[in-house]
Amino acid sequence: MSSLRAPTPKGGLARFGDGLDSARRSPLLRRLRSAIFWALCGAALLAIILPLLDMIVTLIQQAAPLLNLNLLTHGSAIDPAHLNAPIGVENGILGSLLLGLGVLIVAGIIGVLAGLYIVEFAPPRPRAVMRFFSEVLSGVPSIVVGLVAYTVLVNGPLQWHYSLVAAVISLSVITIPYIVKNTEVAFDQAPRSLREGAAALGLSRLTTARKILLPTALPGIVGGLILAQAIAMGETAPLLFSANWTDANPVIKLTNNPEPYLTGVTYNTLILPYVQAHELAAAAALVTVLIILLLLVMGRAATARSKRMTERMDL
Amino acid sequence: MILLRRRAEGRTPGPAPAPRAARHERDTTIGEAVTRAVTAVFGSVPTALLIFILAVMVVTAVPAILFTGTGFFGTYFSPGNYYLAPTVHNGISASHGAVFGFLPEMLGTLVTSAIALGLAVPISVGGVLTLTEWVPRWAQGGVGLLLELLAGVPSVVFGLWGVLTFGPFMLRTVSPALTGIIGGFPWLFPWLPQGAAWVLLGAALIAFIGIRASVHGRLRRRARWLSVIVLFITLWGAVAPWFTGEVNTAGGVLTASLVLALMVVPIIAATTRELVRHVPVLAKEGSLALGMTKHETARVVTLPYISTGVLATALLGWGRAIGETIAMFFIIGNIFTGIPVNIYHSGATLSSLIAGTLDGVLQAKTDVSALFAAGLFLLVISLLSNLGGRLIIRRVAGDRALPVGRGV
Repeated sequence: MSSLRAPTPKGGLARFGDGLDSARRSPLLRRLRSAIFWALCGAALLAIILPLLDMIVTLIQQAAPLLNLNLLTHGSAIDPAHLNAPIGVENGILGSLLLGLGVLIVAGIIGVLAGLYIVEFAPPRPRAVMRFFSEVLSGVPSIVVGLVAYTVLVNGPLQWHYSLVAAVISLSVITIPYIVKNTEVAFDQAPRSLREGAAALGLSRLTTARKILLPTALPGIVGGLILAQAIAMGETAPLLFSANWTDANPVIKLTNNPEPYLTGVTYNTLILPYVQAHELAAAAALVTVLIILLLLVMGRAATARSKRMTERMDL
Repeated sequence: MILLRRRAEGRTPGPAPAPRAARHERDTTIGEAVTRAVTAVFGSVPTALLIFILAVMVVTAVPAILFTGTGFFGTYFSPGNYYLAPTVHNGISASHGAVFGFLPEMLGTLVTSAIALGLAVPISVGGVLTLTEWVPRWAQGGVGLLLELLAGVPSVVFGLWGVLTFGPFMLRTVSPALTGIIGGFPWLFPWLPQGAAWVLLGAALIAFIGIRASVHGRLRRRARWLSVIVLFITLWGAVAPWFTGEVNTAGGVLTASLVLALMVVPIIAATTRELVRHVPVLAKEGSLALGMTKHETARVVTLPYISTGVLATALLGWGRAIGETIAMFFIIGNIFTGIPVNIYHSGATLSSLIAGTLDGVLQAKTDVSALFAAGLFLLVISLLSNLGGRLIIRRVAGDRALPVGRGV
């Protein structure tokens, strides 16, 4: 192994001193170092998984007394005079469904069309710029989105007050980048032979996109929309000052009407000084996590399907 | 070996980009022209939104910036008294006695996110290495789903867990143990003021980097060990005082940082997993064929190959850690004035300040404006780290799709 010690260019092999030095050491030392390294790595994996499991156990334990049908048929209003009255997350679930529908319409349309333009129609320079800034948009802190929604939509020039529209728009701002990205990937995944075949047949790019690429891209796009639903379901910070909060069931009224949402149940009951309130907070959190898990699994299935489809077509 | 290293650094050639029509190609139909125009409008929405958000934040924050100036770096925050005559400064009127010193919150934001990243990066890389090298293939999907679920868990749930389970666990078990282990040891230079330890730490850091960069061969190894020891001792001297004193709250800066680390892990791990998957197989097999162990292969081939990408994703994770709101709001304790006396003490971050006080100050325009200034600070830092991270990722991964930054 002496060649390993030959002079190396500056900043060259010397960077890997650790790995190569150990080749000169005794096998026992190498085995020991290896064992320590992998023990630390294994501990790291446990440090990721155990807190997650503990979190789930906490939720189930805390929420246990409330896990019955009342959870789905009662609102989150807690009356301090009747603490044992049935409470639930009905308003939260209905509100989140409504918000999700709004996001599906607003962010779905904008995101999918934006992704389509970026990947199929845009000239190279604008494409790079749009793609880049759409990704950077996903890095805007969610509380900042909430602030902007408050000052523009709720209490600014538009004066919509706490409302469904303000909430849907702020959630859309957060989810659009993900829909754009997934749409781009879905169209990009289509096998090259398909595009070449379409071009050889003289199809226009619109026809190619609609008739040839869309069928293969569809599962990927749907996966992106599902992912957006999962993200919207878990957000709280942008809704604090746009949807605000109410214990009542949501009504379909676009402006001037605060909205309930699922994470809001946890946010607003965790700070109350009653055991029942904490149980409700945990129950709402558990329901949220379960719905998000379901959405993630569905999104995964959609993405896997799109991958299978394109692989089968790729010759 | 040089060949091997070249290969380890080289990029995998991605699939050739799909052929696209020339830029000035005519639209063949009216329908296509219309589609192009309509989708172009939607295509510019994300960019326009970004500019709009930045503009609104700046415009709304201007009054408070004029009113306060450099006072933002003070340690005292008060929304003022709404019932007395307003204070006027630089032509801006604010509630009586309003003071907007955000230094504790800025430090809180930086410290929590720094601790979180310092823990999350090695944990994610180690976890991903274990996952790809040791976990059997059939179980990898399940663990991957767990990672995705961790990324999808809402921050309010992290907050709830921190309040109900993890905070009390820290208060009873971890924090007292840390006061014993780190704070209990006699730290270096106890006779020097706090600042001196930090200066020494900086000097040691510079010496360490210098030695790493300059000395080769046998001397290098000894000098490096020496520098590591010196660095460790000075770091101990600088950091240990923050771990002493009483532990009196379940929340606090340390608990918040640890929860934040757990929230950042899936973001970094998702990208790291993707990077590890693309490490060239030939380089790995070559290193194994040369007689290196799995561990040495990981150190010599895998880690150098993914290091730039991990740096980039760490920047993305930092951007998200800075903006994290609800979990911090529940856990960190929300003391908006004064710098925490030790790391177990309650503190605040800029985001928890906004979430915690905006509701109460909606009456006063300048107070709201001050919170927007806090938000602007958050926005600028997270946008810069995002720009940096994405530029680096672009260089490493090219057009290959990497997770956008939430890890889901």
